[in-house]
Amino acid sequence: MELDAIQQQLLEAVAGLHRIPTGAYNIRANGKSAGRNSTEHIDIVPKEDGSGIDIIIKPGTKNESVHMPVVLSQTGLTEVVYNDFHIGDDCDVTIIAGCGIHNGGDASSRHDGIHRFFVGKNAKIKYVEKHYGSGDGKGERIMNPQTIVEIDEGGYMEMDTVQIKGVDSTDRKTEAVLKAGAKLVVMERLMTHGTQSAVSEFKVDLEGEDSGANIVSRSVARDESSQVFISKINGNNKCSGHSECDAIIMGNAKISAIPEITANNPDSALIHEAAIGKIAGDQIIKLMTLGLTEAEAEEQIVNGFLK
Amino acid sequence: MLELKNISFEVSGETDEKEILKDINLVIEDNQFIVITGPNGGGKSTLARVIAGIERPTSGQLILDGEDITELNVTERAKKGISFAFQQPVRFKGVTVLDLIRLSVGEKISVAGACEYLSEVGLCAKDYINREVNASLSGGELKRIEIATVLARGTKMSVFDEPEAGIDLWSFGNLIKVFEKMHDSIHGSIMIISHQERILNIADKIVVIAKGHVTAQGKKDEILPELLGNAGGAASCKYYQNS
Repeated sequence: MELDAIQQQLLEAVAGLHRIPTGAYNIRANGKSAGRNSTEHIDIVPKEDGSGIDIIIKPGTKNESVHMPVVLSQTGLTEVVYNDFHIGDDCDVTIIAGCGIHNGGDASSRHDGIHRFFVGKNAKIKYVEKHYGSGDGKGERIMNPQTIVEIDEGGYMEMDTVQIKGVDSTDRKTEAVLKAGAKLVVMERLMTHGTQSAVSEFKVDLEGEDSGANIVSRSVARDESSQVFISKINGNNKCSGHSECDAIIMGNAKISAIPEITANNPDSALIHEAAIGKIAGDQIIKLMTLGLTEAEAEEQIVNGFLK
Repeated sequence: MLELKNISFEVSGETDEKEILKDINLVIEDNQFIVITGPNGGGKSTLARVIAGIERPTSGQLILDGEDITELNVTERAKKGISFAFQQPVRFKGVTVLDLIRLSVGEKISVAGACEYLSEVGLCAKDYINREVNASLSGGELKRIEIATVLARGTKMSVFDEPEAGIDLWSFGNLIKVFEKMHDSIHGSIMIISHQERILNIADKIVVIAKGHVTAQGKKDEILPELLGNAGGAASCKYYQNS
């Protein structure tokens, strides 16, 4: 299946891809598969009931990547996709997913992706996810991603999510259960503008001894947009957990940060930090003394913050 | 040349107007190295902020090379060639030292080019270039980066508000060299607010500001002995001679 110009543009925005990637990939366009490639170590197979795909990464696979972009350019399309990643023991792989919606029509376009990760013992995985919307139709661009993670003993997952532009409404849920020695690191970057709304909810259960999670969210809310950040960390063993929400508020936006940490074990060390505030006036003035206008200074500060 | 003509600056207090600067007249010649000194709370920092455009004078005029810049904002003055190093440098989450140097230069210079400015202020460039200008840097490190941003701009008028604050004594000699080198290479005017004798000692001209007034101004040789004499007699004179 050939991708049209709009779909190619979306693909570049979410996956940085100009053409078909090397290695394993699955490209989904307007609800259908637009290309799939398995490799020696990575099998991508459709689920029998057609609801999604299984990605099976053989134990010991190192330095390989999987691209899983989704593009939607047809107005009014609503889809739910289940992707299950089975990452074998001792792997070291990068998974790049992302969703781009171009909605030029008046009906809502919606993509709900449910990604489950089963990370094997001592496996290391980096998961990168970008969300992007474009198009000037009145139809909303909606994405509700769910990420469900189980990390086995000694496993490590780094999750890097970005949603900077054009998604009208998003309700993101991330849940993780960590066994002994497992680590989860999350870096979320989010910007909303216009009347967009975003909810991001994390729930992490630190079940195993010496498991650890670090969840960092940096967000900017502009105009009339609203954001809610919820993070719940449960320490059920000797473990360490840290969540940090740092937000810049602009215009008439609204932001809530709701951190919750629960220690069910006396050896749980849990920390949460949350800060919401405007750009400091001094920051703008400093950049103006370097010759930037006030608007340029604001742009630089926001870009840096979300970098 | 920058001329300050009858500059006054007032702020509203709870009950009355408080005059921070009163009828200041000052000329900063091209390529002149001028040090402003005087007691705390005398109006020195306010004067520097008025020059940078951060504060607008209540009355009076600023003339830069014959052009009235009194109504220009901070950005416009920066573009006309005025640079300002903050007394308390600003922190930025996410903005790196490299970003800040590039913004100062006004173009995307190479990493090696940016590193030179850091080396000049005594920072080991490779350790700092990719760091964020945030709370992980110490006060002294931030201060040096702040000075590097002004060096990188290389404008005809550079104003430093107490650059020595937070710089350890070991580095102090280097700081003096930075200003001397800057004076030689940029051929611009340098104005430093300082309490330090060693900085006063490299000035072409010293201006004393107290209670919002210029109480003395003149060549270093005229002002410095008088200042040191007033500041504490023989003890400080001795220190001055020894250093």
